[in-house]
Amino acid sequence: MPRLVSHPDEVKVVSKRFGQGAADIEKYIELGGYEAIRKCLAQGPDWLIEEMKASNLRGRGGAGFPTGMKWSFVPKQSAKPKYVLINGDESEPGTCKDHLIFLHDPHSVIEGTIIAGLAIGSKMGFIYLRGEYRYLLEITEKAVADAYAKGFLGKNIFGTDTEFQIITQSGAGAYEVGEESALMESLEGKRGVPRIKPPFPAVVGLYGGPTVINNAETIATVPHVINMGGAAFATVGSPRNGGTRLFSISGHVERPGVYELPMGYNLKKMIYEVAGGVRGGRSLKAVVPGGSSTPVLLPEEIENLGMDFDQVGKAGSMLGSGGVVVIDDQTCIVEFALRTISFYQHESCGWCIPCREGTDWLKKSLTRFHAGFGTAKDIDNIRYLAENMMGRTFCPLGDAAAMPTLGFVKKFRKEFEDHLGGKSCPFAKSGTPQLTVV
Amino acid sequence: MSTETMSIFSPRLAARFDALVEKYPLRRSALVPMLLYAQDEIGYLSDAVIAEVARRIGITELDVRNVATYYSMLRFKPAGKYNVQVCTNISCMLRGAYDVYEKFQEELGIGHKGVTSDGVFSLEEVECIGACCWAPAIQVNYDFHDDLTPDSVTGILAQYRQKSEGQKNA
Repeated sequence: MPRLVSHPDEVKVVSKRFGQGAADIEKYIELGGYEAIRKCLAQGPDWLIEEMKASNLRGRGGAGFPTGMKWSFVPKQSAKPKYVLINGDESEPGTCKDHLIFLHDPHSVIEGTIIAGLAIGSKMGFIYLRGEYRYLLEITEKAVADAYAKGFLGKNIFGTDTEFQIITQSGAGAYEVGEESALMESLEGKRGVPRIKPPFPAVVGLYGGPTVINNAETIATVPHVINMGGAAFATVGSPRNGGTRLFSISGHVERPGVYELPMGYNLKKMIYEVAGGVRGGRSLKAVVPGGSSTPVLLPEEIENLGMDFDQVGKAGSMLGSGGVVVIDDQTCIVEFALRTISFYQHESCGWCIPCREGTDWLKKSLTRFHAGFGTAKDIDNIRYLAENMMGRTFCPLGDAAAMPTLGFVKKFRKEFEDHLGGKSCPFAKSGTPQLTVV
Repeated sequence: MSTETMSIFSPRLAARFDALVEKYPLRRSALVPMLLYAQDEIGYLSDAVIAEVARRIGITELDVRNVATYYSMLRFKPAGKYNVQVCTNISCMLRGAYDVYEKFQEELGIGHKGVTSDGVFSLEEVECIGACCWAPAIQVNYDFHDDLTPDSVTGILAQYRQKSEGQKNA
């Protein structure tokens, strides 16, 4: 069972019902649930979109696009039905926040989905969970059934003449399906390969209808935005980055866990105070700030780094999915890079050649390199390969593999060089990864 | 060719399928979850499963295969009754996932995608399963086990072995 953690610096907004049995609808209502949607039904879509804009809530999936603005892009009039699609395909390595949301507070996702539906004038929402999250799908299905039984979903929600239906959906194992257009393909019963954009989903999305796609954490935050008021929510975070964020802190820390902290919270404090510092009194070698696709940061780069989309971007990395992976001084960065790239090689859908071939060659090069058979030229070749993947694919998976690679090679060149000349890995303890995943 | 084909699905699975295809604006939206549910019941996507799914949705078998081969949880040959999936991705790796994986290999005497001769266990090295903060973690079928060390392995296997024995004797 996933362990819940807490720290005095936390500001519990999205996680405030965790551990309180709020998967039960009565408990959720007792704890203030389904009040935000009632308010939205009374105030109407224009008001609620303005609240969302004022909140500065930005997409928690990784791109950080302002949610209110995303909703406002959906055309008011549409010949085809409009849809809301919730992305619970959480699969960015280092990220396990949605796991806790679906486990402890599935109704917040349902309530947020209804609110999004109201905002864009949609009558149907889909909640897509990754296939591995079967027990969470069952919890969510039960929550949806309970919401129907209460009349919160259906033809006349909350006794109004507004209709809203929710369908839950299981994936079957594919990182790429977390990309929004691939997600729609999967939901249409196809291979999860990305679509060419434009047209963007807000105009032509699921089944050809205008579609809003939100991350599960984003949508679970929405009822809290409405309850607090957009402006009040915005003040919790940093400029242009409203509210709090669920940070999944993993790797070599004393107290790994999902912590809810205000946007802009200092990364160094996050590691040393919130998560209890580097495990076993070792020192920090590097940190991956936002899931495995984000470029690694060095200890000196996190001194004054506030964790929000803009500040981490300025530091040359990305806030991404909020998955903070802490790496101690006993870790081989070449091995870490190899394991990272092996993942992207496995998950590349094969649609775009730079990604399909690029991830494959990166994996081959890094495997050989880590085994001690690399040449000095390989280091530049790895960089050259990664540079040539950047921006040359239909979806961000190619970049997701290339960006961290460039970070490893640039910031740890010396460690790559230490593997040269037939020497074995200087950190041989952990051994060469077996990497049998095919 | 006869349109009346015997179903290999249990009545429960067939009913679930019938309800699912009607829910969506488009029938084939049921395809991906349905393949997984059928696999849960039958063990793998046999030719007969593929044929029946194709018939029930109204698409070709080739179309079903084209989709099914994309998703890593779907398989085309039987796994063990308990499929042990060891995550070795970065967060798990940093906290000793390869030692845990090695221990499973030793205890079961099989490697990646192997099945024990009694058919009780199969083993797989898998990508991130979304349990990074409780690493290293594994899934046995759909059940999560987290915060593992190599010492946890024997106990986990014993637990499932016992479950399997219990079902056999019941």
